Amino acid sequence: MAGKTLYDKLWDAHVVRTEADGTALLYIDRHLVHEVTSPQAFEGLRLTGRQPWRRNSIVAMPDHNTPTDPGFTRIDDPVSRTQVETLDANARELDLPSYFPIGDLRRGIVHVAGPEQGATLPGMTVVCGDSHTATHGALGALAFGVGTSEVEHVMATQCLIQKKSKTLLIRVDGAVGPGVTAKDIILAIIGHIGTAGGTGYAIEFGGSAIQALSMEGRLTVCNMAIEAGARAGMVAVDDTTIAYVKDRPFAPKDELWERAVAAWRELHSDPDAVFDRVVTLDAAAIKPQVTWGTSPEMVVAVDQAVPDPAQEADATKRAGMERALQYMGLQPNTPMTAIMLDRVFIGSCTNGRIEDLRAAAAVIQGRKVASSLKQALVVPGSGLVKQQAEAEGLDQVFTAAGFEWREPGCSMCLAMNADRLLPGEHCAATSNRNFEGRQGQGGRTHLVSPAMAAAAALAGHFVDVRTF
Amino acid sequence: MKPFTRLDGLVAMVDRANIDTDAIIPKQFLKSIKRSGFGPNLFDEWRYLDHGEPDQDCSGRPLNPDFILNQPRYQGASILLARENFGCGSSREHAVWALENFGIRCVIAPSFADIFFNNCFKNGVLPLCLPVETMDRLFAAVEGTPGYRLVVDLPAQTVTTPDGTAFAFEVDQSRKQCLINGWDDIGLTLRHAEEIRSYEAQRRVAAPWLFA
Ligand code: SF4
Repeated sequence: MAGKTLYDKLWDAHVVRTEADGTALLYIDRHLVHEVTSPQAFEGLRLTGRQPWRRNSIVAMPDHNTPTDPGFTRIDDPVSRTQVETLDANARELDLPSYFPIGDLRRGIVHVAGPEQGATLPGMTVVCGDSHTATHGALGALAFGVGTSEVEHVMATQCLIQKKSKTLLIRVDGAVGPGVTAKDIILAIIGHIGTAGGTGYAIEFGGSAIQALSMEGRLTVCNMAIEAGARAGMVAVDDTTIAYVKDRPFAPKDELWERAVAAWRELHSDPDAVFDRVVTLDAAAIKPQVTWGTSPEMVVAVDQAVPDPAQEADATKRAGMERALQYMGLQPNTPMTAIMLDRVFIGSCTNGRIEDLRAAAAVIQGRKVASSLKQALVVPGSGLVKQQAEAEGLDQVFTAAGFEWREPGCSMCLAMNADRLLPGEHCAATSNRNFEGRQGQGGRTHLVSPAMAAAAALAGHFVDVRTF
Repeated sequence: MKPFTRLDGLVAMVDRANIDTDAIIPKQFLKSIKRSGFGPNLFDEWRYLDHGEPDQDCSGRPLNPDFILNQPRYQGASILLARENFGCGSSREHAVWALENFGIRCVIAPSFADIFFNNCFKNGVLPLCLPVETMDRLFAAVEGTPGYRLVVDLPAQTVTTPDGTAFAFEVDQSRKQCLINGWDDIGLTLRHAEEIRSYEAQRRVAAPWLFA
């Protein structure tokens, strides 16, 4: 019999029961909750008189709607405020032990704060009413996003009804060149397999280039598994994982730690495991990436030009490209480096961690944001990331260059708070989605790495960070 | 949940691939703490010429004449045709709530994004996949035939055109049963509460750090 994939191991360890048609009841270890997708679930519990099955599996915090203005004291938008207050009230009513409200230093984007607290651990099943839950798979966990009905289902039963996915191994072999980051790797993968390439699959990212990544880098890669169509992305546990988890507040201690580590060491695909599909990429061939369109698969290397729909044979694809170019206000064959920018956004659950801020600051060091830019924003992923960055003096580097230094939250990644693009504005963003209207109605998003965003902020247009 | 058995409905279409949930229901409407009332904001940025905000009365807003669903012939549609990877992006169930509230009970596409697909079943909406060639035929038929209807029969797992051509589709049996009966998943799962508890008891011994 063939060995097991990492996904098989995680799956098998969590099956409570299986139905005749293969549908399984899967036990969920960690439930992350934020204010946007939870109110209707809490309400559902109330209406049916149900109680949460295991309150201490829940880690909750507001992130999407929270203002990022330095030292803000209230949320001006009444609708946003109601949503955050609703989460406050639900957490209070159910007496949730791990609730990080506004003002708590541990609060941040759930996908940044969760791993940072050690609330998501190797071997766990992790869910959240948010598609970027795949992020936590970087720790060797099975993590995926769910809808609000499923949020309620997990609250009430600690389980989810699931069908097993197919398995896809994406191997990135070799070493990336200087200036090429985890973000470029995942954008290159999405450019290669397409935004539906991973649909129906759980992706395991492997190969020497993935193993060489820090935990922050792996979190960035797994974060965007959903942009490749997969609900879950994961990386095998190794020394990097274990060193990252050690001593985090929710991580096991002492003797339990030893036992946990022994169990976690098994969390990798067996050498003879068979995947349903394998895709390989050569790390050395990956250049810094920039998206030109309205889907993350519409991506090219920074030294390339906006593609020409006329060269596309497939009619549906061609129509999609034409619409994207029209929305983006771009002409085919324009060099990517000629695209002028209005705003730059560094942050989000993709690239709002300390390593990302360090990478951006390293590029900026002593230089100034281009005067043509309307705004350059740095939004740390959590209160602790912000604190760490300030301890390292990164905030000074950013503000001296002309960046705004903000409070943690999702911010301009999806513009549910006051941070947003105006119609027609081009933004270099370190987030994960360049959909129409994502960063504000009519806004034009280009996804890049933190280093590329920083360089673009200084130049006022995209530049190749490798030669900057 | 509203049961879904047989639907004889007017068909509308949005001929685009990769329609994401941000397009289906833009984020400002996610600020609602309710489950209903999203229909008027379905495809808000495509449907209206102005910018929509939550709790706004949409009846007086300027409609985008170029957006296909605004055409009179599609009013009252309950079946929506779309292209590959429908519902990609954010996990927001609001996307399904908006479709359902608008009157759509069935979305037919060559493929769906996983989370959206799942969310449909929780809300009495049937997402069903047909091959690209069949989709091409249906798009052409809808385009050429005002008032075009389809019959979606879930128990029989068929989609039937007005000329009697039937296309078979696949659906998980457990999902099918839930939809047909309008069952509440949570109630079903709680029937296995004992099994969940005994699993939990074993795990507490094997991996106690998960329960700290
Ligand atoms: S940072 Fe962006 S992608 Fe991440 S959870 Fe927030 S809104 Fe979603």
